[in-house]
Amino acid sequence: MLAALISTPALPALAQFRVEVTGVGLTQLPIAIAPFRGEAQSPQKISAIVQADLERSGQFRAVDASGAVLDETARPDVALWRQKSADSLATGSVTRLADGRFDVRFRLWDVVKGQDLGGQSFVVTQGDLRLVSHRIADFIYEKLTGERGIFSTRIAYVTKTGSRYSLWVADADGENAQSALSSPEPIISPAWSPNGGQLAYVSFESRKPVVYVHDVASGRRRLIANFRGSNSAPAWAPDGRSLAVTLSRDGGSQLYTIDANGGEPRRLMQSAGIDTEPMFSGDGRSIYFVSDRGGAPQIYKVSTSGGNAERVTFTGSYNISPSVSPDGRWLAYISRVGGAFKLHVMDLSSGTVNAVTDTTADENPSFAPNSRLIVYATQQQGREALMTTTLDGKIKARLAGQAGDIREPDWGPFQKQ
Amino acid sequence: MIKRFTLALTVVALVAGCSSGVKLDDVPVEDKNATSTMGGNTGANSGNTAQSGVAGVDLGQSGRDAAGPVGVSRIVYFDYDSYVIKPEFQSLIEAHSRFIKAGTNRKLMIEGHTDDRGGREYNLALGQKRAEAVRRSLALLGVQDSQMEAVSFGKEKPAVQGNSEDARAQNRRAELSYR
Repeated sequence: MLAALISTPALPALAQFRVEVTGVGLTQLPIAIAPFRGEAQSPQKISAIVQADLERSGQFRAVDASGAVLDETARPDVALWRQKSADSLATGSVTRLADGRFDVRFRLWDVVKGQDLGGQSFVVTQGDLRLVSHRIADFIYEKLTGERGIFSTRIAYVTKTGSRYSLWVADADGENAQSALSSPEPIISPAWSPNGGQLAYVSFESRKPVVYVHDVASGRRRLIANFRGSNSAPAWAPDGRSLAVTLSRDGGSQLYTIDANGGEPRRLMQSAGIDTEPMFSGDGRSIYFVSDRGGAPQIYKVSTSGGNAERVTFTGSYNISPSVSPDGRWLAYISRVGGAFKLHVMDLSSGTVNAVTDTTADENPSFAPNSRLIVYATQQQGREALMTTTLDGKIKARLAGQAGDIREPDWGPFQKQ
Repeated sequence: MIKRFTLALTVVALVAGCSSGVKLDDVPVEDKNATSTMGGNTGANSGNTAQSGVAGVDLGQSGRDAAGPVGVSRIVYFDYDSYVIKPEFQSLIEAHSRFIKAGTNRKLMIEGHTDDRGGREYNLALGQKRAEAVRRSLALLGVQDSQMEAVSFGKEKPAVQGNSEDARAQNRRAELSYR
């Protein structure tokens, strides 16, 4: 894996990423991913991409399968794989077709039961070979854990390179980054629409913060909030019809909801201090947000129909950037502890909180659509980096770019299949 | 009015690959014929995997400021965690108020900034508090609300790089710029 990446020439415009699993989990499914037949001649090492995806999830442990000569048509010697203490085995092939496309096939085996768990085949262009690899990882993940995988989803993030800011759309492993917007002024707070087709974000291109909605496939953009003062912190309602935003047009930073096609904002609440960073719960019934109404920034929750806000965080004097898991069970946020800014995860049913990192400048957590991983920004060796972590903090992977500082990740929804 | 910024839109055509994904779940284990594992079906189960197309947008140069009062600083510095204008900046604010009032078509942007600690959005709100403190001071001196706008850059545009206490002190500021 590493050798393959090192031999790949780094493209200056594209962020190249490296996956490093830095923790050890307790219960992980041992799986062997045999090298796909024909992979040596393929532009992408499919088995390595699948293996890295599964390892990053924290739920799998890779069993060495190097040297295995198998493809999806072969019936494997299950005793041999059991001996290597694998529970499952994936085999496959990649073949370049006469028209330049690639035929990718694979099969998943339960080597404990000696059972074929199914397979898939794809005919794709070279540009979609990584996506197909992520689809294969999703298939394996779902077959073996019973939950949907998130490997074929996309993340958005922002880089700053010199004086240039770029908004990127990348695969969930950080690879295959494509620029959606490049600007001489800052870009912050990208937020995927619930259907995964649009990004809302704050752009300073007119030298003040203004909220845009950007259709990713076409590049078409529309102004959503460009009122007097600052416009920021866009958050989509789960139905995609409206957004919550922070506006200062009536003085102070306050929360409003606004139609996704623009129009007149509706004020959600009135407070004396700062209200910002709204985030809808998955059921759309409440909005989590940050407020300093009690003297210091804390996370609160209010019904989308208004009413009284309820305080959610009680420990510490600086709790910001709430992100609710799509299943509604968890709240990730940043808490200042002794001068360090650290990612915390709260179990919303019990209120139990855990700090899940050992870094000191964590920012902006965002849940994977299956609620099993969090992507966040942090600093390592003085450089900005993106990390993913399991909710217990045991498995972390760095999505480390080479093209400047990386920040502001937002994990997109499940893709339509 | 000066055109604030030029917008160069470059739409980059991107490859929209096409593909088909076919589920092979129902194929018997014994079947070793690769062509039959295709299931003979490229219709109903064809998954469109070409969802990766992104059309890039490239924005050009930022705009330039118009001239402000000659020989007057345009930066107000703030203490840590403070949104109060210190007395030593009162004369600066008065000079700007006279300049704005002398030209009814002058437009002032008050840009609040913070140091690098903490979250981007929360710092945006804190920078807004600094900008609005300056706006209120100018309003008290008779500047029309229609001639000024308070906005925030949060921690996005530090005046000085670095995280020393000196650098942070120089970044906690409100900048007055004429458009």
